[in-house]
Amino acid sequence: MSQAAIYSINGPVVKVKNITGFSMLEMVFVGNNKLMGEVISISKEFTTIQVYESTTGLKPGEPVYSSGSPVSVTLGPGIIKNIYDGIQRPLISISEKEGVFISAGSDVEPLDKKIKWEVSFIVKLGDHVQFGDIFGTIQETPLIEHRLMIPKGIAGIVVEIQKDGFYTIDQVLLRVKDTSDVIHELTMTQRWPIKKPRPVSKRLPMSIPLVSGQRIIDTVFPIAKGGTAAVPGGFGTGKTMMQHQFAKWCDADIIVYVGCGERGNEMTQVLEEMTELIDPKSNRPLMDRTVLIANTSNMPVAAREASIYTGITMAEYYRDMGYHVALMADSTSRWAEALREISGRLEEMPAEEGFPAYLPSRISQFYERAGYMETINHRVGSVTIIGAVSPQGADFSEPVTQNTKRFVRCFWALDKQLAYARHYAAINWNLSYSEYIGDLSKWYNKNVDIRFLKNRQEMMAILAEETKLMEIVKLIGSDVLPDDQKLIIEISKVIRVGFLQQNAFHKEDTYVPLQKQLRMMDVILYLNKKSSEILRDGKTFSLVAKTSLFEKVTKMKYDVPNDQLEKFDDYFKLIDTELGQIR
Amino acid sequence: MNLQYIGLEEVNGPLIFLDNVENVGYEEMVEIQMKDGELRHGRVVQIDGRKAAIQVFEGTQSMSLSNMKIKFTGKPMEIGLSTEVLGRTFNGSGDPIDGLGPIFVDAYYDINGTPLNPVARVYPRNYINTGISSIDALTTLIRGQKLPIFSGSGMPHNELAVQIVKQSKISESEGSQFCVVFAAMGVKNDVADYFKRSFEEAGVMDKVVMYINVSNDPIIERLLTPRCALSAAEYLAFKHNMHVLVILTDITSYCEALREFSSSKGEIPGRKGYPGYLYSDLASMYERAGIVNNSKGSVTQIPILSMPNDDITHPVPDLTGYITEGQIVLDRDLFQLGIYPPIGILPSLSRLMKDGIGAGYTRADHQDLTNQLYASYAKVQDARSLASVIGEDELSPTDKTYIEFGDLFEERFLSQGIDTNRSIEETLNLGWSLLSLLPKQELDRTDDALLDQFYDNKAAMVFFNIIDKPIIKEIGSIKEV
Ligand SMILES: Nc1ncnc2c1ncn2[C@@H]1O[C@H](COP(=O)(O)OP(=O)(O)O)[C@@H](O)[C@H]1O
Ligand SMILES: [Mg+2]
Repeated sequence: MSQAAIYSINGPVVKVKNITGFSMLEMVFVGNNKLMGEVISISKEFTTIQVYESTTGLKPGEPVYSSGSPVSVTLGPGIIKNIYDGIQRPLISISEKEGVFISAGSDVEPLDKKIKWEVSFIVKLGDHVQFGDIFGTIQETPLIEHRLMIPKGIAGIVVEIQKDGFYTIDQVLLRVKDTSDVIHELTMTQRWPIKKPRPVSKRLPMSIPLVSGQRIIDTVFPIAKGGTAAVPGGFGTGKTMMQHQFAKWCDADIIVYVGCGERGNEMTQVLEEMTELIDPKSNRPLMDRTVLIANTSNMPVAAREASIYTGITMAEYYRDMGYHVALMADSTSRWAEALREISGRLEEMPAEEGFPAYLPSRISQFYERAGYMETINHRVGSVTIIGAVSPQGADFSEPVTQNTKRFVRCFWALDKQLAYARHYAAINWNLSYSEYIGDLSKWYNKNVDIRFLKNRQEMMAILAEETKLMEIVKLIGSDVLPDDQKLIIEISKVIRVGFLQQNAFHKEDTYVPLQKQLRMMDVILYLNKKSSEILRDGKTFSLVAKTSLFEKVTKMKYDVPNDQLEKFDDYFKLIDTELGQIR
Repeated sequence: MNLQYIGLEEVNGPLIFLDNVENVGYEEMVEIQMKDGELRHGRVVQIDGRKAAIQVFEGTQSMSLSNMKIKFTGKPMEIGLSTEVLGRTFNGSGDPIDGLGPIFVDAYYDINGTPLNPVARVYPRNYINTGISSIDALTTLIRGQKLPIFSGSGMPHNELAVQIVKQSKISESEGSQFCVVFAAMGVKNDVADYFKRSFEEAGVMDKVVMYINVSNDPIIERLLTPRCALSAAEYLAFKHNMHVLVILTDITSYCEALREFSSSKGEIPGRKGYPGYLYSDLASMYERAGIVNNSKGSVTQIPILSMPNDDITHPVPDLTGYITEGQIVLDRDLFQLGIYPPIGILPSLSRLMKDGIGAGYTRADHQDLTNQLYASYAKVQDARSLASVIGEDELSPTDKTYIEFGDLFEERFLSQGIDTNRSIEETLNLGWSLLSLLPKQELDRTDDALLDQFYDNKAAMVFFNIIDKPIIKEIGSIKEV
């Protein structure tokens, strides 16, 4: 193929004329500065490339270099604790090299080549190995053992192996001879194309929740490990906070946090917090299990499109080692808009609201990469995806929200009115749902308590009742309701303010263990039961309301520390005494 | 590189098209020498083989296919900067228009800026005391934040912006100097004048840089105005360690200019005709706020935008809200009630306040007070809508207190003079006095210890001089039972 040259430039879209040697999704280097790009369409006349960096200053006639392989990430030790841009350039190294701004064409290795990692080998001379087999391990961080796997396309006999010891990522660790006597040299790293899912042995049913310590999630709308969830909401309704809460508190082994087209300061904040926050179980900073991908709103738009895939590929790689990985993507709408922007520059025929017709298939392909899997090396691992959605004008009927809804099984709808009243997490309990309750019920019964889901059911029934009553209250006020209905209104208030609402900035309330969630429900429902007994005895509701019980129970989330759950016993006693006095 | 071209292929809206050009860079600046001697400027916005599309900043009026010479400068649009910009006034593309001649140039900045590396940012934590209760208490402004004012036609957003500038104690710390960068985009002349006069009256004019593109100036230049202003802000903040407050007004006019430009390029329009990349375009400006780790300065942005039809879901406020770190929303109803500043607090938000308030910054009780005021004021809205259905008299005693609380909150807390500067202590205490009008058990967002410290119903009734109001009596008796 003769040297290709730039023909036209329009924003991030560059065309090459009359050269046919490129292949679809191939990674290419554009211009004298070798800006990274990807081939997105090929015709007889033109090859179209989206460039992942700013094209300012690029000129027609500058060369375009082929790489021969699709856009890929480098997988190996050193990913955890790192913060990358959308095309896996390490932002810390870039800032050490270039200062506070990121310039186009920054050329920095994704993984540190100087670090010597301590490798312990698992295979030995003469062993047969194949794709996915684990041949050695490295303590990547105190929390994560990195398991080195045989890359794709290699199968054969180990004919040479290093001793256990310290090696850099470029050193040959293993030589494998395949059936046609070709010898392959293996290092710690491998490349993987970001748009291609890593294969698994099979999908397994989901049966374990991803516990987040957020009551409205764990109790009301739980997500399974390997599951998918969308968090749609207008600006300021709490999407990012919800994602941060998951990143900090959920019980995954590894967190991949993708900031896709959102604020720079938010990434700074996650980085700071994850470095400072100590995981209570291991006494290590949470960053030891985290990798951040930051392609903020002011970074090039094509790399925003790539960032989601970069993140999910890393997630799958750690899944294949046998880990439970949770990926947060904030926000998938910005990714969809990147698709739209590129599609617009290509003058493709738009479907709904200017989005390309392939939007639904791209969304579904992304969420399909989640799952609870038997990995290719027969371990068990999972990838859970939680995607934020930012609907225009907070209108959930727009294409990204609607198409996402089709492919996820948890829908946590954030509500502007709740957010205005500072009821956070502002998840609307009427519009949201989780399809995992059935799959997870066994686990809850066995690992928390048989009461857990019953309590949930009862609480949701009260809230549903309240929703109906509020229609009436809006018209005539609550004063005229009969006493039993007044009780429903008051108890619902306790459920809403005392249970559903959760303050992410409060040191006890920010994370609440399942046992505490259970006990809180116990107390609330006990108060409900005892109060209705009193009413049935013919006493008036105003007598019940006059006690301090509703206030006290509402505030128990703050008053009972997470590690002193025995304090809940006092609440049952208090309810008995105070209501007993009415009798 | 200094090739000159004569003759165009096509003129279309703000764009001109050239054929047979060579060695032209994307986004390169061009100089257009008109036959009558006038010099115009433009930028390459698309290259197709040997064809180039050029966006002309000053507009294409009176251009023909042959009455000009075009020179490619070989570099992107840059602006010359030094501390001499302080006290000066420029047009939207950065040329002085105050008759004081050119400035000495210390550095040239590409006006498009370069993305800040998130790891080099410092998370903003210091609050700016504006002396305005509703802002300080409820939507606290943080140094390095981007906090827009969402307004509507006729509402006092300009007055509010000026009051913030005048009263901000931004200057008083760490020996860093304070300055204001002001960018007017498509506003009327008298708005630009109003700001200028106000800065002069406040005696800060020598600390102000102005970039002015008024409504009858070329629309393409409007697209450059905020970028020139932000380049100056970055220069002053990150090179000279100054605390820079940037006021950008009116973002809606800016977006309309972008829409016009986009449609003349024949791009596929998105919602309400705005281009699909409006979000990215706005982000490339708003994200140029913040603090970085190699400088003591900061860039704080207060963009002002008018919501067409007061509609917060219109693409301009909507996309802005998705990028900025909160928003201050002006409310038409409050405005008509004569309340200044008419800040509708429920839709307003400061995302950065949580880390910049509390003990060591403002006062330990600040966060709880804020949470409670929001929650209680949200209930006022419920009580009012119920009252509009069944009549105020039929309301329950608790709902009646909410109505009373709501009215006083608006009259005494939100409302303050255009020159009134309230200390943070005064503001927070006022908030507690208002909450003290409500039955204690209604205050479910606060810590009990704080209630013990600050809740005082009797004192509040005396303070607001409503001890004799019958409704309050009624509530007093409810609480006794
Ligand atoms: N769980 C929570 N607890 C307390 N405050 C919250 C919570 N969730 C959201 N908030 C508040 O709402 C603001 C906006 O939340 P954010 O997640 O940034 O919204 P979004 O990403 O949807 O625009 C936050 O700055 C915070 O003040
Ligand atoms: Mg967000």
